Amino acid sequence: MERTASLKALKAVVTGIGAVSRLTGRGGGAVIGGKVALTLDKGALPKLAAGRSLYLVSGTNGKTTTTALLAAALGTAGPVVTNMTGANLKPGLVSALAGDLESPVAVLEVDEAALVQVLVDTTASVVVLLNLSRDQLDRYGEVRLAAQKWRTSLGARPEIHVVANCDDPLVVWAARAAGSVTWVSTGQRWRIDATSCPNCGGRIIWAGDEWKCSCGLARPEPEIEGGGDDVVVGPRSFPVQLQLPGRCNAANAAMAVAAARMAGVDPESALAAMVGIANVAGRYREVNIGPASARLLLAKNPAGWNEILDFLAAPPAGVVVAVNARGPDGYDTSWLWDVDFERLEGRPVIAAGERALDVAVRLRYAGVPHEVCADALVAARRLPPGKVELVANYTAFQTVLGAVGG
Amino acid sequence: MAETPARPGDSAVRVALLYPELLGTYGDRGNARVLVQRLAWRGLPAELVEAPWGEPAPASCDVYVLGGGEDSPQASAAAALIAEGAVHRAVEGGAAVLGICAGFQILGRSFFGPDGEARDGLGLIDCTTARRAQPRIVGEILVEPDPGTRLPALSGYENHAGLTDLGPSASPLGRVEVGVGNGDGTEGARQGRAVGTYLHGPVLARNPALADLMLSWIVGDLQPLDDAEVTELREERRRFVAAEQARRAARRPRRWRRGWPPYRRTMSSTARPSAANFSV
Repeated sequence: MERTASLKALKAVVTGIGAVSRLTGRGGGAVIGGKVALTLDKGALPKLAAGRSLYLVSGTNGKTTTTALLAAALGTAGPVVTNMTGANLKPGLVSALAGDLESPVAVLEVDEAALVQVLVDTTASVVVLLNLSRDQLDRYGEVRLAAQKWRTSLGARPEIHVVANCDDPLVVWAARAAGSVTWVSTGQRWRIDATSCPNCGGRIIWAGDEWKCSCGLARPEPEIEGGGDDVVVGPRSFPVQLQLPGRCNAANAAMAVAAARMAGVDPESALAAMVGIANVAGRYREVNIGPASARLLLAKNPAGWNEILDFLAAPPAGVVVAVNARGPDGYDTSWLWDVDFERLEGRPVIAAGERALDVAVRLRYAGVPHEVCADALVAARRLPPGKVELVANYTAFQTVLGAVGG
Repeated sequence: MAETPARPGDSAVRVALLYPELLGTYGDRGNARVLVQRLAWRGLPAELVEAPWGEPAPASCDVYVLGGGEDSPQASAAAALIAEGAVHRAVEGGAAVLGICAGFQILGRSFFGPDGEARDGLGLIDCTTARRAQPRIVGEILVEPDPGTRLPALSGYENHAGLTDLGPSASPLGRVEVGVGNGDGTEGARQGRAVGTYLHGPVLARNPALADLMLSWIVGDLQPLDDAEVTELREERRRFVAAEQARRAARRPRRWRRGWPPYRRTMSSTARPSAANFSV
């Protein structure tokens, strides 16, 4: 009785603060409500998570989308609570869970650095590990350290089942410590962060999809294969028909299919539920900005950018590259030099965002003619009318969403 | 520093990017790109040679670039380069070498490995990296170069734990205005045609004059290029650093401003001009 009362109090705090935050134009309120709840009750997260079947999704890229896909899949079996807006730190999780005390299943996107503490605070059933690559080095430190932390905390919780990407050596090394693992192949192509073995420092030898190190760390045999037109589970093949573009989203779907199987949702029903998703927290959304028909795309790091370059509309479609360097983006813009911006050649391009000049210098050396316009929306209007790809990193994307109403 | 070209001008200038999988965490591959492109814009033939780990390092390049990396890959890269000896031979033959962050430490006499134990470096710069900063040093950095280099201010981003002490044969690249650098108020090192620095950004993208200085060692005097865009970026970074300094000064409690306890981020003892008055 007392427990129920305190949960209801947390819910009241989160919904009340959220409403105030929205009314006063301070944003969606998911984070501030959770922060206040955590101030009032430091143990809010374990209380709110208790008794639910918890699915955590983490990794450098694809967290928000995979969370949405998995929530849709599990939604076919019963009510699901989720934090689909990308608020993936502790306050965001608290806020999501407090907003829905009833749903027995929770699908939560968790920041890769926050995962360790969330695993301590909750009794997760399944953890989905997507990938690890260089991102925000000034905040997370080096990517190998992140893998080490995952590895240690999964080793301490053998009852957790892990769904892991077998094409990412850092993920494999971390997941090897878990009690049980479903390996999924995703056709991931970003390999530069894992040429030296996370286990021994030796050289990882790649041959096609296979990889191995002399210390014994090697690509596990996948139980589920994805990243292409089908998700292959054993002898059966299931066509993937997403509205979301690109290899990366086919891979995200395969990861979600694998996690949904743990809840007894079969791949066919899971994939059917995913078809309905057209955009995720504003990503992939198409909006008219003046004469531009703009598709909003989020790219926060080199691996994410290189996936997007694969499906970017062909010339003459224009491209806005909007980059900020606030806390959530990382203050260091050096990562722009790990992106193959040379591939934008032939398209009209505008460098935008608070760090438009860093983008401009990068584009100049890439041999891509461009203009500079800090405001991404003004930039979209300046491009030739028609199809525009507006690619922004985290806070630049939030600014755009705020302006177009999202 | 020697200004005479070390090579006849007709063959392409070869820029080697060493082990980008090990030493390329912070976009430092951009330095090699900048060197090659700045020659190409001037009509000088240039070639980027990527040297993957596990294959013999190219022997006859004109400039070698080593980027930043994590502790364990850094140790692997140093061990491979020492075993090969190709970079030593090239530098003896007049090639230039640029090391960033972990790459800078590798160029020195020793650095600490992932286990904290000392590892041998290439010994091309008289310096050692044995001290570790706590917490890690992360932030914008602004450096006033040694007047002998005739370079304008160096702008970059630093992200490192190691602190580097220079020996008598090496000179610092400059004096830290904002940031930490080597840890004693100096930043980077140069010795002959070897240059080391903690600056990412990448350093040559943000500081084209440093790129041209290194290229001039290989090809002699260079005509100026249109660097309007990067000049604008440098101005913007300078304003940012000045504003950040002002914010920090305003936040600092009174007793800190009097100098006790000595919690100053930079450790230079001489009078320090503020970033706002500092020409880039």
